[in-house]
Amino acid sequence: MRQQLKTFIGSAALSLIVSLPAAGADMSRINVMQQAAAPAERLIVADVSSANTFNRNLKKEKDPNAPPPEDGYHDPENEGTHILQPPKESYIGLPTTEFGNHVDWVKAIDEKKLSPRWDRISSSEAPFVMDLDIVRPVKASVPDVVFPHRQHTEWLACANCHPAIFIPQKGANQINMSAILLGQKCGVCHGKVSFPITTKTCSKCHSKPKPADWSPPLSDATLKNPWR
Amino acid sequence: MMSYKADRSIKWRFSILGVLAGLALLAMTPAKAEYADVIINNYADAAGMRPVVFPHWFHRIRFRCKVCHADLGFQFKAGGNKITMAKIIDGKFCGACHNGEVAWSVENCNMCHSGIPGTPTHIHGSTVQRLVSPPYKALNAPQQPQQ
Repeated sequence: MRQQLKTFIGSAALSLIVSLPAAGADMSRINVMQQAAAPAERLIVADVSSANTFNRNLKKEKDPNAPPPEDGYHDPENEGTHILQPPKESYIGLPTTEFGNHVDWVKAIDEKKLSPRWDRISSSEAPFVMDLDIVRPVKASVPDVVFPHRQHTEWLACANCHPAIFIPQKGANQINMSAILLGQKCGVCHGKVSFPITTKTCSKCHSKPKPADWSPPLSDATLKNPWR
Repeated sequence: MMSYKADRSIKWRFSILGVLAGLALLAMTPAKAEYADVIINNYADAAGMRPVVFPHWFHRIRFRCKVCHADLGFQFKAGGNKITMAKIIDGKFCGACHNGEVAWSVENCNMCHSGIPGTPTHIHGSTVQRLVSPPYKALNAPQQPQQ
């Protein structure tokens, strides 16, 4: 019986490993499987709660643009799901990125690969594009932010952002990354529908290097009580 | 002690069973959905319909953000527009285009109502969802289903 169990577990693990590149399984599941398969061989250092287990095998999307029946939230039992167009079909020929929809939407318009309507009915109306860069100095040592109006006015009307989200006045908008990550300010769109906030996208906004003589501002505590 | 032959056939049977179990596990791995798709489930579940899945990618290939978010009055908030079928048939929200003139009409129920029942309203892949700890919510804030 023991032999049979070993065979069963061995072949299950083998089939998982063999089909790994083809089927695109994620590593975390494999780990779970192997742990379950060989409980006796697992070295238990200490009993820790699940919050303290070390697992940094964060899942990487294998098929980021899955067709609707396989995407995880369309109901495959619904007839209409199978009529819907798979995203990949319409992304052919569009410039790619490493994040979001894996399509560079701004570049697609710039390269005239895409020409979405500016009006519901008329295809001849063109957006009012305003080419104005706003430089926002950043207190921290990361590069300063350059906000380009041009890319934004290609897609949006002024009233979408002003004055509800951004007050159109210099110095009137306090912005920080925590607010953005929680969906305020730039985060109303970025991190939801326009390019996401990942380590790959920092430099899209933080794009203007600090001047050569820049040094980080001293904190109040240091200014009041210099350690020397 | 079993004979050599019988032992071998059982071994085979178990290994096939094992392979099948492994493949079944693989089939269960969740697939990855499209960034920025919005699942709208304000009223759908309660009305016995599947939640609506709105594909941002499909619409932005055809229209710029301004058309819906400025001209048609869609708020920048998942579930914040309180869309009902009555409003759509009235020509508001989705109904501004989905009227059989600009795009296909409302009789294609299950092309929009195509989400897995019970899925809460959210934007797929949003940063707030990917935060390791949930964002702060005041104790007296209205309860919202978490995913």
